[in-house]
Amino acid sequence: MSLSRREFIGIGSAAAAGMALAPGLRLIDLAQARSPDEAVTSLQRWGLLIDINKCHDCDACVTACHEENGVHGHGRPTTDAQWIRKVTLKDQQTGHVQTLPLMCQHCEEPPCVDVCPTGASFKRADGIVLVDKHICIGCRYCMMACPYKARSFVHEDTTDQKPHAPRGKGTVESCTLCVHRVDAGKIPACVEACNKDGNKAMVFGDLKDRSSDISQQLAAGPSTQLRPDLNLNTGVRYRGI
Amino acid sequence: MRRITKHLLWMFPAALAAGLLSAMVSIAADTSGAKSAPIGPTVKIHRGEQCVEPTEDMRRNHMQHILHQRDKTVHQGIRTKPHSLTNCVDCHADPKTNSVLGQEGFCSSCHEFASVKIDCFSCHTDKRDKNAVAVAPFKGTATSGRKP
Amino acid sequence: MAQAHFDTMEGRGWGFYFLLAILGGFIVAAGLAALYMEHNGHWVTGMSNQIVWGTPHVFAVFLIVAASGALNVASIASVFGRQLYKPLARLSGLLAIALLAGGLIVLVLDLGRPDRLIEAMLYYNFKSIFAWNIFLYIGFFAVVVVYLWMMMERRMNDFTKPAGVFAFLWRLTLTTGTGSIFGFLVARDAYDTAVIAPMFIIMSFSYGLAIFMIVLLAAMRWTERELGDVVFGRLRNLLGVFVAAVLYFVVVYHLTNLYITQRHGIEGFILLHGGVYTQMFWIGQIILGSVIPLVILFSRLGKSRTLVGLAALLVILGGLAQMYVTIIGGQAYPMPLVPGKDASSSFFDGVVASYVPSLPEAMLGIGGIALALALVVVALKILPFLPHSLSDADADPHFKSAA
Repeated sequence: MSLSRREFIGIGSAAAAGMALAPGLRLIDLAQARSPDEAVTSLQRWGLLIDINKCHDCDACVTACHEENGVHGHGRPTTDAQWIRKVTLKDQQTGHVQTLPLMCQHCEEPPCVDVCPTGASFKRADGIVLVDKHICIGCRYCMMACPYKARSFVHEDTTDQKPHAPRGKGTVESCTLCVHRVDAGKIPACVEACNKDGNKAMVFGDLKDRSSDISQQLAAGPSTQLRPDLNLNTGVRYRGI
Repeated sequence: MRRITKHLLWMFPAALAAGLLSAMVSIAADTSGAKSAPIGPTVKIHRGEQCVEPTEDMRRNHMQHILHQRDKTVHQGIRTKPHSLTNCVDCHADPKTNSVLGQEGFCSSCHEFASVKIDCFSCHTDKRDKNAVAVAPFKGTATSGRKP
Repeated sequence: MAQAHFDTMEGRGWGFYFLLAILGGFIVAAGLAALYMEHNGHWVTGMSNQIVWGTPHVFAVFLIVAASGALNVASIASVFGRQLYKPLARLSGLLAIALLAGGLIVLVLDLGRPDRLIEAMLYYNFKSIFAWNIFLYIGFFAVVVVYLWMMMERRMNDFTKPAGVFAFLWRLTLTTGTGSIFGFLVARDAYDTAVIAPMFIIMSFSYGLAIFMIVLLAAMRWTERELGDVVFGRLRNLLGVFVAAVLYFVVVYHLTNLYITQRHGIEGFILLHGGVYTQMFWIGQIILGSVIPLVILFSRLGKSRTLVGLAALLVILGGLAQMYVTIIGGQAYPMPLVPGKDASSSFFDGVVASYVPSLPEAMLGIGGIALALALVVVALKILPFLPHSLSDADADPHFKSAA
């Protein structure tokens, strides 16, 4: 009991601090993170905008993601998990080369969620696609269904997991959009790293909030989803492909 | 340090035989001449006076609390601390091993005695988060929850 | 027409126990293989994040498809009223149950968390074809058991036809569901086509009948029962028709893909330059699995029971090859990410995934076949599934008058 009270006070004071700082900023910044006992709602939809023109030969996002979520390899490339990877695209006609980070695209209509027999693969109200590893039986049907190869099967015992990112042998996993950070009002580790150590190619935010940075950038210029033919309405958008 | 014996015996009658056997084995193997070794698991409480619920309730219903919280956290993003597994581990991990598993681990000692398999730690870490890295809070527009 | 007589087989001889011992050996080996894979995790198999379904799935899907096809002989008797097939109906039902059990056990033991199978019974996502299939497969056991009961209990014989019709519709739905596991996958070029579901149905006719014929030939011979040319000839011709029908669907499937420019990549891979998958398609699926059996079944060679048995065996091997090409070949070819651009990454984007089946995977799959056969052998001893005789005189009332 005492813990929750202490926690509540902590959040309250953080909120108060936010209020005190906010007046100098735009109105939208006044809004605070959800309180921990509040369920996510469909009033928000989290998304990413990745500007490939700015993305170069750098893997700050990949390193940061795997560090944040405790994704360690075993030196076996075919079976090691990758939550995010750098993909190089080479135009078959012109030879033009581009590079982009690829992770779970957090589709509005995710094929992985459609095919999952137990509902372990699911989409949160705020659009984040996750695996509930408690009911995942490891059938890998979602991996067959995902057009982006975004999911990995945990092929061997895992140790030293991060407390916020459980991972275990025999279940499927993928990018969570750093859901534990988003729930705490922070941005995903990849975006943070891209802004800090990378080329500032990634923007994270609420796609349903017209005044958010990401919505305004999306409205201001062209962007595309990967595999647009499938019309999955991905939460991750790319500019410059 | 507390020792629980009676409660578990009637809570898990099916485990009685197994428990007796393991107790007998451990008594037989115990050459260090410990004091009276009552039948039952070793439960060490390292921190705090009371758990997030009354002790009796926790003994009987901790799994329900964790299960309930698990679904709320995973599916609804509700991350209140008291009934969360990370909170269990942070509080109950052995200061020496930093873990709730192992020989005298808070979770494992009881569960082994009762021969009830714990599935939590095949995915979750059994270690206390001792070096949580502070991350810069997000100052952008991601937190636009409810607008006026 | 004289009522067909059924009885159990004696099953006391050296041969019976020897057969069970061999099958048991394979089953134990499969169990150990499954334990080994679950204990270490799937990295010890040939499967990877590229080839997520491997050899176990080849065997499992084959067995599940064959299971529904094995029921076909019974359906011809009860649904379409062909008296000739009536004495074969019980064995047909038995084989259907046994093959499904063999296939499902392989599928379940390959799961990442088979210990959590209960979750698959408690939580359902009804948009998932897998979730439908859980009901279709479990329901199939129940439906066929009831069907067998109607056939085997004299007082219930009147209900054989409705039970048979229901089982027939159920099995068509079941194979549609199995085919749709692949047919509804939008992501991959090898799948995502409605033709897969009917193709799986006709494949089930072919594989199921091939297995049925081999089991029938072996069971009748080893229990010293007569199998006349009338019944045998019908089954042989039927198998020929089914093999030809599968070939037709394979042609339609590939023609469709060849017409769609977007799918030229996968077609070139399977038909021309896919290495082991191309060989397995042309040599395994087409020549061994279709052309040679067709030649045997529709020519004078079909008079030889040994050769027809060989043809049935080739149909089974061709079926396994077809499953291998479909399931593993379909995954090995990379998924398109951006049209007109070649992708590459440390996660094997844009390259053909390599896959080498590991011994434990193969053992698990073969164990599924062994389990199915062992169930049949034991059941034949316990209950009267086998007809006393399938001699021409017993099978066909018009035989004598014609002769």
